[in-house]
Amino acid sequence: MMRRTDVLVIGAGPAGIAAATAAAKNGCSTIVLDDNVAAGGQIWRGGIDSARTKEDPAKTKAIAALRSSGAEILAGRQVVDQPAPGVLRAVITMADGTRAESFAWDRLILATGARERFLPFPGWTLPGVFGAGGLQALVKGGFYVEGKRVVVAGSGPLLLAVAAHLQEYGAKVVAIAEQAPLRQLLPFAASLLGSSLGKLLQGARYRASLARTPYRMGCWPVAVEGEESVRGVRLTNGRRVWSEPCDLLACGFHLVPNTELAELLGCKLRGDFVEVNVRQQTSVANVFCAGEPTGIAGLEAALIQGEIAGLSAAGAAREASELYGRRSREQAFARRLEAAFRLRPELRSLAVPDTIVCRCEDVPFSQLQEHISWTDAKLQTRCGMGPCQGRICGSAVQTLFNWRATSVRPPLFPVPLEVFDSEEISISPETIVH
Amino acid sequence: MPERSTITIHVNGHTVVVPAGSVVSAALLAVGEPCRMSVSGEPRTAFCGMGICFECRAVIDGVAHQRTCQMLCHEGMSVETQR
Amino acid sequence: MRGFDVLILGAGIVGCACALECVRAGLRVGIVERDVPGGATTAAGMGHIVVMDDSPAQLALTRYSRSLWQELLPHLPVGVEYERRGTVWVAADDEEMGEVHAKRKTYALAGVESEVLDARALAAAEPNLRAGLAGGLLVLDDAVIYPPTAAAFFLHEAVRGGAVLLRGQGADHIGKGIVTLRDGTTYAADRIVVATGADIALLPSLPIQKRKGHLLITDRYPGFLHHQLVELGYLKSAHQISSDSVAFNIQPRLTGQLLIGSSRQYGNENPGIDQRILRSMLERARSYMPALAGISGIRAWTGFRAATPDKLPLIGPTDDPTIFLAMGFEGLGITNAPGAARLLVDGLLGRVPGIDATPFLPSRIALMETKHA
Repeated sequence: MMRRTDVLVIGAGPAGIAAATAAAKNGCSTIVLDDNVAAGGQIWRGGIDSARTKEDPAKTKAIAALRSSGAEILAGRQVVDQPAPGVLRAVITMADGTRAESFAWDRLILATGARERFLPFPGWTLPGVFGAGGLQALVKGGFYVEGKRVVVAGSGPLLLAVAAHLQEYGAKVVAIAEQAPLRQLLPFAASLLGSSLGKLLQGARYRASLARTPYRMGCWPVAVEGEESVRGVRLTNGRRVWSEPCDLLACGFHLVPNTELAELLGCKLRGDFVEVNVRQQTSVANVFCAGEPTGIAGLEAALIQGEIAGLSAAGAAREASELYGRRSREQAFARRLEAAFRLRPELRSLAVPDTIVCRCEDVPFSQLQEHISWTDAKLQTRCGMGPCQGRICGSAVQTLFNWRATSVRPPLFPVPLEVFDSEEISISPETIVH
Repeated sequence: MPERSTITIHVNGHTVVVPAGSVVSAALLAVGEPCRMSVSGEPRTAFCGMGICFECRAVIDGVAHQRTCQMLCHEGMSVETQR
Repeated sequence: MRGFDVLILGAGIVGCACALECVRAGLRVGIVERDVPGGATTAAGMGHIVVMDDSPAQLALTRYSRSLWQELLPHLPVGVEYERRGTVWVAADDEEMGEVHAKRKTYALAGVESEVLDARALAAAEPNLRAGLAGGLLVLDDAVIYPPTAAAFFLHEAVRGGAVLLRGQGADHIGKGIVTLRDGTTYAADRIVVATGADIALLPSLPIQKRKGHLLITDRYPGFLHHQLVELGYLKSAHQISSDSVAFNIQPRLTGQLLIGSSRQYGNENPGIDQRILRSMLERARSYMPALAGISGIRAWTGFRAATPDKLPLIGPTDDPTIFLAMGFEGLGITNAPGAARLLVDGLLGRVPGIDATPFLPSRIALMETKHA
């Protein structure tokens, strides 16, 4: 099946929602594809227990605006490849199999968000260890944590949000371990006072629900205790190591951008991020990018960048330019965020020789040490060759060895071979030329 | 017709009742069954919760390597640990 | 200027095998690799050790080389994943069944063991093949390996024996016993062995063309497939020189993964996936194995084979008495690496080769050029 649209938006998190709303309001036929069950992205993920999951009013507002804009949201669609220039293909998994759908676009907006950075340490593959956002998502999906003792560890503002959320669901958060030291966090905290009351209040709300939970800065996990499941976590502040008994560990080291689709399309990166101009346009004509793939900057930045991308894609250059000032302020916030949660060098030496680095292929740290580059390590050890395609171990080896991941190959996500159907890409020129 | 509030699924042959709207990996966590055995034989459960890490792969209704964190339980679903 | 008896350009599986063979002959060896050893065509291919009977010379070399692999077997590390899976040449109909019998005869004359499978035996050997196929030919001693670790094994052994790996720079030009790297460093060598696969930048007049191929690997499905399966039509596809073609070719990996091929394209040097070819290739595979429809594919990629006009590699000396070649293996570089290395060093040292080396001598190039003119 092939559909065509003026504007195709990939990702229905804040950036994608804002982009689609702006494009549709300005007269473009707009389709948003998202791989989750419902729109909202990771930050606005809905929950099974709606009484407990308090919806962010900003989400309610953004979704309402999207719905009234005329944009069409298609959830449960995962983009896998580009069968022809100007066409993206997504798969949707149904009870009776997987189906592919192709979308021919005039302008494309990538709002693919971010994922957590995971770093390997002894015991991190035990059942009971989750990503921080990972555990939050699973709890929203029906994992019952009432009465469970949880340590939340790693880095980034997400830790507080996750801890508060777990408390709301009845978990007992016994400690929050933030690897960044107080002196690194202070300028960031101070800047919140100056710049954004909303962010401060949000932080305050978290603090209130976590009043009795220790928030330890300059503190990080060194090992998980337990043979078959988690009994506790060994934490350190660099001077001493102690054991924190718990049932679950939620651990993520801030965020890394999802740039695979941008790379597949040939968009230039700057460092780890997709390079964009003031209009949020990438190095590829008619391809825009907004939100975390352009720099980890949080919700407000994603909303503004998304809106600018949507307006730019719709040709509303003047309206877009009116938002540039607000975007600059958010970018300043992003720079402070980056500085505040910079990873400490000790995190590079948490893995011991038998610590698994690649979870798909069970490649231990010792096997990687002898290699010279990511390509060499991949070929010789299979690290990053499994179904996650290096999404987890790739950012880990970048931190551990300073190796950069190499080229992105289709399909972007594993797909059943039935979706490779040659008829479906026999696209007549009329379909894609406008 | 009122919506069902619970769903019955089968996990490694055991019958399990879960709230409607549960994702499959949450149901596996609830009963303490691993999603998959890793290539070196370790039990693994859902990790990233967002369909990226592929730790939550299991056999769903006979189909191998399904990401259970991105999938809702449905009545009568068969879930087996991926080996 | 540092000097070597032999300086090998290219640490693909062929260059690495040559290095080890030279070291074993007591020569001082250097190996120049611009990037990652075993990282180009070696890493892109399937890793099928297969006896092929396209021509008597090819049959002789593949058979000889396969026997050298078997000799290496006790020394290969586990990571090489050598498995004697056997190849089944699948016959779709009675006409192809005729070819099965002819092929068995050719193999028998060459001392290569094979067994004819009728329809029922084929179905029993590979239950996931579709019903209605005529049968096949099982070549028992053909094997599967993981080529990058095999190349690393040769290299490691060579370095252990004294070879020097010069990594990070490609050669910029060669001649008269001197190799100059891109950064200007020069090395002297009595003999220079060019083993740069499909890259002929150093010797642009070589009649080697890039022949692009696609492969796709799946998640792990242990027990789904037992042998390497190749449709007999593959031979038609492989022989066809002018146009793009696909053929059913599937390999079981030790991991339980399935490696699915194959395609052949000339005149396309873009390393990107050609969606049209990938799809036709997978459709072809599904037409033989319908159950592949539900199998999860995790990665597709392309690679370039180094093809010569007569389908035989170039092994031996050139007009410049210091320059030797070990390249142009098309799809058989993995199979032929140990055999080619042995022939090359036999030639270097004036030893009597294990098989007739003349069909592979680069001196035939002049002849090819006149033929193609």
